[in-house]
Amino acid sequence: MSQALTEIALSSEQTLRVGSHLLKSRLIVGTGKYDTYATMRDSLALSGADCITVAVRRERLYDGQGQNILDFLDLQRYTLLPNTAGCYSAADAVRVARMGREILLSLENSGADWVKLECLGDAKTLLPDPLETLRATEQLVADGFQVLVYASDDPVMARRLKQAGAAAVMPAGSPIGSGQGVLNPNNIRIILEFLKDGDPDYPVIVDAGVGTASDVTIAMELGADGVLLNTGIAHARDPLGMARAMHAACEAGRLAYLAGRIPKRLYATASSPAEGVISMRPYG
Amino acid sequence: MNVIVNGQPHELPDSATVAELLRQLELPQRGMAVEVNQAIVPRARHAEHMLADGDKLEVVSLVGGG
Repeated sequence: MSQALTEIALSSEQTLRVGSHLLKSRLIVGTGKYDTYATMRDSLALSGADCITVAVRRERLYDGQGQNILDFLDLQRYTLLPNTAGCYSAADAVRVARMGREILLSLENSGADWVKLECLGDAKTLLPDPLETLRATEQLVADGFQVLVYASDDPVMARRLKQAGAAAVMPAGSPIGSGQGVLNPNNIRIILEFLKDGDPDYPVIVDAGVGTASDVTIAMELGADGVLLNTGIAHARDPLGMARAMHAACEAGRLAYLAGRIPKRLYATASSPAEGVISMRPYG
Repeated sequence: MNVIVNGQPHELPDSATVAELLRQLELPQRGMAVEVNQAIVPRARHAEHMLADGDKLEVVSLVGGG
């Protein structure tokens, strides 16, 4: 392989750094909503992700032990990213983050020192509550967590979260599980400009809303450092096939971002030379 | 004595510890977190942390999530 080809191959493989964590894949995938744990396990493997999100819930005490998700997760292979999904206040989110840390410490998984903060403000849209999210970020940072913050695509809020010490800001492309993709690419671009100003390696991860592979590619082409998704794979007709597609889409988008897209123009520019054409032009 | 575990009343011998409660519930210590009155009791202290009448506990583990 020529030097140039080697460089391209290497640049697409560059790791994503979030706080002290180095991820080989820029795709982070969730473990929820799968029909079976076996499908989840195989989908995770095909997605290429090395970081996967999990939720913390009350242990069901009296209705018998079903299958345990841990039996289907290779804890040597994956860095778990516990979330605070379902929390509607900073106080609850901080409690759940600490529960997640305690669980991961007992599992000796490397994800014990970080958390995906999700602090909701509305049950129908699952939009984050900005004030509670900011409060929780401050408290968790003070408690030693590396905090990856689920946020709306508001650039000013994103800047506030970074200033509060977030290890990564994760703007939603569109509402969680909605499959609408990146609804406001301009806001994502402004967030990237704001947060990477003088700090080009600061991670911005598009979280939520991915419906299909092109949504991932679009986010990565905008310059996002990664994409976090769950439903797009778990609820696809064929989750395993979609996991492969998402894997490829993430790499394609990253490579295209690094390679640089051509500007959009109103008029055509011919790809074949104008010189030596045998035909006459009927107009101008 | 009576404690509340995950929102449900639960009867325990007096001065039972967190470890004894987990044993009674047939739960492993690994992969669990136990909170007593909104403060985590780390796994290393399960055997020594004595519960008191009226304590409110949360016993949680991991599930699939995004």
